[in-house]
Amino acid sequence: MEVVVLDPTAERDEATGRPLAAPLTGRDGARIALLDIRKPRGDVFLDELERLLRERGHEVERTAKPTFTKPAPADLRREIAERCDAVIEALAD
Amino acid sequence: MRQRGVDRKKAAVGELEAPPTLAADGTCLQRDDCAVQAAGLEIDTRLVERHFDDGDPAGSEDEDLGTAVRLAERRGPQAAGQCIGVLLQDVADRGAGVAPAADVQPLEYGVDLSSKRMIGHRDAIVRWRRVRRAVEVIALVKHDCETCATLAPALEAAAAAGAPVRMVSQSSEADTRAFAQRVGLSATPEVDDDLVLSERFDPDAVPAVLLLDGGVERDRVEGLHRARLEALFETAGATLPRDGLPDLKPGCASITREPEVAARIAARRARADGRIRARELRIGELEDVFEALHERGLTDGLPVVPPTPERVVAMLEHTARDPQEVVGVVPPYGGEATVEKVAINAVMAGCAGPELPIVLAAVHASCREQFALHGLIATTHPAGPLVVVSGPHALEAGMNAGGNALGQGNRANSTIGRALQLTVRNVGGGRPGVEDRAAHGQPGKVGAAFAERLEDSPFAGLAQDRGVPAEETGVTVLAAEAPRILVDQLARDPDGLCASLALALESIAHPKQRLAWDGLVVLGPEHGRIFREAGWDRARVRDELFALTTSPAGELVRGAGGSPEGVEARFVTDPEMPVAKFAAPERILLAHAGGDAGLFSMVYGSWAAGEIGSAPVSESVEPWR
Repeated sequence: MEVVVLDPTAERDEATGRPLAAPLTGRDGARIALLDIRKPRGDVFLDELERLLRERGHEVERTAKPTFTKPAPADLRREIAERCDAVIEALAD
Repeated sequence: MRQRGVDRKKAAVGELEAPPTLAADGTCLQRDDCAVQAAGLEIDTRLVERHFDDGDPAGSEDEDLGTAVRLAERRGPQAAGQCIGVLLQDVADRGAGVAPAADVQPLEYGVDLSSKRMIGHRDAIVRWRRVRRAVEVIALVKHDCETCATLAPALEAAAAAGAPVRMVSQSSEADTRAFAQRVGLSATPEVDDDLVLSERFDPDAVPAVLLLDGGVERDRVEGLHRARLEALFETAGATLPRDGLPDLKPGCASITREPEVAARIAARRARADGRIRARELRIGELEDVFEALHERGLTDGLPVVPPTPERVVAMLEHTARDPQEVVGVVPPYGGEATVEKVAINAVMAGCAGPELPIVLAAVHASCREQFALHGLIATTHPAGPLVVVSGPHALEAGMNAGGNALGQGNRANSTIGRALQLTVRNVGGGRPGVEDRAAHGQPGKVGAAFAERLEDSPFAGLAQDRGVPAEETGVTVLAAEAPRILVDQLARDPDGLCASLALALESIAHPKQRLAWDGLVVLGPEHGRIFREAGWDRARVRDELFALTTSPAGELVRGAGGSPEGVEARFVTDPEMPVAKFAAPERILLAHAGGDAGLFSMVYGSWAAGEIGSAPVSESVEPWR
């Protein structure tokens, strides 16, 4: 016999997710945010990334979350989106 | 009343043109497109009254709007008025057996229709309802009821003699057919499809013989009570053959009283009322429901109770909250956990109904910003939400605060935390290995909950210490790793016991890591007794533990003792400087639970604590009952 059960999920429509931005392939002089999530030694990794990006002619903007345990605040996300062409979020440990 | 109506009718009809005539079956002959079966129509007084009360058209069009009105209107208002006038006259003329409801004043409306309100306003006219007969006897029976078997032949005989009686079976078509053969009926009674009539009249017992007047119940007899049945049939203008009928024979329980059927009806009603709105997932006949739920990614790896509408509606009986109320927005994807969605996940977790308010409170507390559930789900750390329940409702819900309280074997303890975690998974979308990046996890992430043993605790409950009113039950959610035991079988005084507990607390996460973690000590009753008998309250124990979990900076610095972990050297100016393990005494939580025997306590470490991470949240269960 067919069994009817109720959907335990939030019934999100997967098709309505946000579209991804176009990739930055081959673009010079992009402004790239480096987001430090505030884990130990994340800055070491980001310092190296910044050096490599600048060598390639990109502008770099260093940003940081207040704490690694919580999502980046909406204001910070908006600021990055408005000021930069791309963001690299650094994990650490 | 009736006499007044007739007088008005005469006056009203006098204002009409010559009324159309009716055939014997009630067909309006004068207008060939006025195909009205007068005998099949009666006034819906409720709609009429509503209309005339507020002066607005009553509701939207529906099938109840009489064919007479629709067709006759095409010929102009006068034709409609005539047609309606005839129908009203017919209703009035047919005597008691087909009288409209006692409070209907048909001719008054007839006058209105023909002379005042009707022109140009089709919706402003009397609505009509098609019924089989104005007065009707419905007899609900079921196949395995011997009293029904006794009464059924008499009902059929009454119908054959012209009584307006319908025998309607609560049983399946096949069972009803077999019943008809067994008791010698010439025809198989109709079946109450989807038990619509049974639900509507909701009898305790069958046979249930109902006298309906225009669909409105005027009388009923449940069971076989011959004298009362005869009176009921007499009111309907008919006779019940009495041959072979006993004076009295109790009926059988209506099929709607069977728990499974009652649950099905309750679920149907909840859907119709909008109390449950979740999408229905249909699991095919050839699928195993348990496997299907795994395959759809809806479980934690253990079997779940299939959340049928019936089970969910029964679960929702255990809270007074609106099922569509949002309890919390669950990370990481921000799914709205309505009371209904939490109830669905509670059913899946295996909760019994009385656990639901605790689960709702736990979900609500977990979704508070300071709990940082998003990070807790996403972290590589093994912590998960632990639910500590303090207060009388814990025991009412069957929770265990005694022996093995942190272990298996108690339904409520095992399922409350699981319901929270299934809500996180299904509503929030946090899945292990995908959004949940735990390196190891720990068994408590299936779900962890226990109740506090308050009757002989040295302190008030944990939730009560954290602001829940003393007489209420509270939950405390804590981002906790797996517990470990602290054995001290030699402790006899509070100072010595605190020294031992401090050693265990120091080891949370790493003995050299400081200020980043909270601790929860679950005192076993034999340890708790030491504090109780010494008269130490919570604050004193906490202060003592805070003082004892302080170490010299030189022992904590990175590299000390050969261990790379620890405090950065730049922060250590004086190796003798004491550095606390915890940010404040209040960051050491104390609870009391466990079995009578065993000089043990259990110690939980937290995930990254306080403002930089997750803070424990305590809330009352009462608003969720």
